[in-house]
Amino acid sequence: MVDLSVNFLGIKAPNPFWLASAPPTDRKVNVERAFKEGWGGVVWKTLGEAGPPVVNVSGPRYGAIHGPDRRLIGFNNIELITDRDLEINLKEIAEVKKEWPDRAVVVSLMVPCDEDSWKTILARVAETGCDGVELNFGCPHGMSERGMGSAVGQVPEYITMVVRWCKQHTKLPVIVKLTPNITDIRAAARAAKAGGADAVSLINTVNSIMGIDLDALTIKDSIGGMGTHGGMCGPAVKPIALAMTAEIARDPQTRGLPISAIGGITTWRDAAEFIALGAGTVQVCTAAMTYGFKIVKEMISGLEAHMRKKGYRTIEDFRGRAAASVTDWQNLNLNYVAKAKIDQDLCIQCGRCHIVCEDTSHQAIFASVDGQRKFVVNDAECVGCNLCALVCPVEDCIVLEHRTQGVDPRTHRPYDLPPQNWTQHPNNPMAAKVGG
Amino acid sequence: MSANAPVPHRPDIAPGRLHAKALAENFSDLHPPLNAHEAQVESDRCYFCFDAPCQKACPTSIDVPLFIREIATGNPLGAAKTIYDANILGGMCARVCPTETLCEEACVREHAEGKPVKIGLLQRYATDAFMESGERAYERAAPTGKKIAVIGAGPAGLACAHALARKGHAVTIFEARPKPGGLNEYGVAAYKATQDFAAREARWILEIGGIEVEYGAALGDQLALDNLRRSHDAVFIGIGLPNTNALGLPESERFTNLVEAVDFIEDLRQAKSLESVAIGRRVVVVGGGMTAIDAAVQSVRLGAEKVTLVYRRSIEVMKASPYERELALTHGVDIVPWARPHALVGEDGALRAIHFERTREVNGALVGAGETFAVPADVVFSAIGQKGAPAMFAGSEAPAMTGDRIAVDDTLKTNLPNVWAGGDCVVGDLDLTVSAVDDGKRAAASIHAALSR
Repeated sequence: MVDLSVNFLGIKAPNPFWLASAPPTDRKVNVERAFKEGWGGVVWKTLGEAGPPVVNVSGPRYGAIHGPDRRLIGFNNIELITDRDLEINLKEIAEVKKEWPDRAVVVSLMVPCDEDSWKTILARVAETGCDGVELNFGCPHGMSERGMGSAVGQVPEYITMVVRWCKQHTKLPVIVKLTPNITDIRAAARAAKAGGADAVSLINTVNSIMGIDLDALTIKDSIGGMGTHGGMCGPAVKPIALAMTAEIARDPQTRGLPISAIGGITTWRDAAEFIALGAGTVQVCTAAMTYGFKIVKEMISGLEAHMRKKGYRTIEDFRGRAAASVTDWQNLNLNYVAKAKIDQDLCIQCGRCHIVCEDTSHQAIFASVDGQRKFVVNDAECVGCNLCALVCPVEDCIVLEHRTQGVDPRTHRPYDLPPQNWTQHPNNPMAAKVGG
Repeated sequence: MSANAPVPHRPDIAPGRLHAKALAENFSDLHPPLNAHEAQVESDRCYFCFDAPCQKACPTSIDVPLFIREIATGNPLGAAKTIYDANILGGMCARVCPTETLCEEACVREHAEGKPVKIGLLQRYATDAFMESGERAYERAAPTGKKIAVIGAGPAGLACAHALARKGHAVTIFEARPKPGGLNEYGVAAYKATQDFAAREARWILEIGGIEVEYGAALGDQLALDNLRRSHDAVFIGIGLPNTNALGLPESERFTNLVEAVDFIEDLRQAKSLESVAIGRRVVVVGGGMTAIDAAVQSVRLGAEKVTLVYRRSIEVMKASPYERELALTHGVDIVPWARPHALVGEDGALRAIHFERTREVNGALVGAGETFAVPADVVFSAIGQKGAPAMFAGSEAPAMTGDRIAVDDTLKTNLPNVWAGGDCVVGDLDLTVSAVDDGKRAAASIHAALSR
């Protein structure tokens, strides 16, 4: 029997699928719709301090890049934190938490960088009965120009300082949301932990511009001919999020720090990948904004089916188990050899593998055999780079085969040599001297 | 008989007109199932619509966008579950449903590019995966102590029985024939449900437990409605349309080569080998619905040389869909509209030709236009509609009928206390497997609510 329920920092939810702090979690009317469809929790759209709220643009707030068939693969926003009055938000948060006691309601916050502002807002938020707070150190536009958002998230010392204040002034679990617009995410994660953060959530959006209108010669989706950089999210950022999650999960200084993963999660499989790296919950935004809240049904169904197939009872049974496979480049085994193999039964003979290998890689795929159009890998040139497998339009038609028997016709070395990485390689002038 | 006496000319009806290999091919899947790659490409085309038109067009309201998304994300078993939640005969429906006039016609991609998502084939992909997995879809609830009699093991009866058994009720299905499945087993074109699928599906549905089936138990023969009502807490009637409309020509009964199309189709489906099925060299089919098309196309696939289908009105108003008409045309079937049977011509005790009279419409009524023509035939299949058999209720209190169909309210309840009905035997216009399943499902919900009070 599969049980999708989670306990994240003491916050209980029926499943790990939460909605990220964003337009979908702006108001009670949205959040209720989400809970009705089955989402396990939400992070309420970022609240600012009491007083006149921010003002959003009334022209395009969003942009996108599309793949084939107008499939949305990257989404961009220049929307700010909540533009509704603080009191209305607090009232609605309290109502929602009361009506949906079994769902997680975490509140995202962004206030000026002084202790008093944080102390005040935390007291107000605690009154709502919500389950936790998420500190928004990530907005790459609008707020960062005012010394908030990513203006904090890019400076580790600020992160530590603000987190410390918050931990002093609330009993609620404190999640720190990290911006990817930084040189080394580990610095930010370590800083959050140093300040006493209970968890980190990442990634926030990636600084971006989505396109140029070549007729108007302006940035695309402009406000009367002008535009600005915004924050990108959606499927395109998932690899960035995976990398940063893996770094935090394996960094000795932050290993074990709970993670709520965000970044292009669209299907059950995306969620499972982040969980396998160590995430205890995942947060979704773009997919919900692309398809509607109903997608959570596929996520629940898919994760359950996968867990049943694998014999996992809860997500703890596989959480974090892939993290140990991520290492530094210099530790990779240079004696591991794989070569591409084309399945001639599945091959539809488009020839893309050949031309990309020919033009841009190692000229390792024959385009004909005995005068007939046929695509076959030439082991003597193949370096196992994986390019052909990735560009082939047919799933599993080209796979990389790990070679263990025989001699590599390219290097003339046996396949079954013992492992050796760059730190041990004779070409490396910094290689550790082995033996006497 | 002297050597010079004329040899009686027999109708040319023979088995084995085609070799075994050709027959096997002709009667394999009309639409081959999708492989994994095709399923990926096809499921990627779904836009995941809001309040999806496909779901609205489905008589059982299958959550099509969700099951397609589950296929796209590598979860075919989850997709099958989504299908079965709405339609327990999702496997059969995937094969026989006229998707071209239901979900696929409504698909927004039909609207956008004239290429709807292949919903029927995707549904088959998911349900095939589930059947192969051997997983259990549903568990039976604790026994309630209530007993329900379901008359008919066709799609309506099976759907009703399954839903009730899931709730913990005890169900006995009474089926007149020796096998379950109704028209799925006996009536559907052989190339639409290959490899004994109807029987396998019925077996799978009955695996939930709590359902017993008695075969050879026919209403009006072995069974009386009054008795069933006395010995059970509720009765569901899913008997379909047991009779066929007669051609109404004198001496029809005399000719053994004038055959009901449904009988021909049934014999073909139940035949142990296709090479043993006899078919005329020249075949005439009278009628314009799915049965007529099935009979015509299958005749061609058995090796008939010339098949003519004659319908009394225009081609556009034939009950068979445009897709099916096209199927007949691509098989070389000659479709002749505006003609109705006029006389049968026999010779030496066998039907040799059928005369038709041209028709036309005058003030909405069909009238003869005078001109007649003859079509020589070795076999004539009559496919002019099925009808109910009110005689089944003789000796018992009968439910109120409208014509030859049972009248029901929108919970499928008849006027008789604790008697429900669904499928082809009730008043309705779809007469499809999928609408029968929906009837059975909704009747079960109504029965369960009534018995839980």
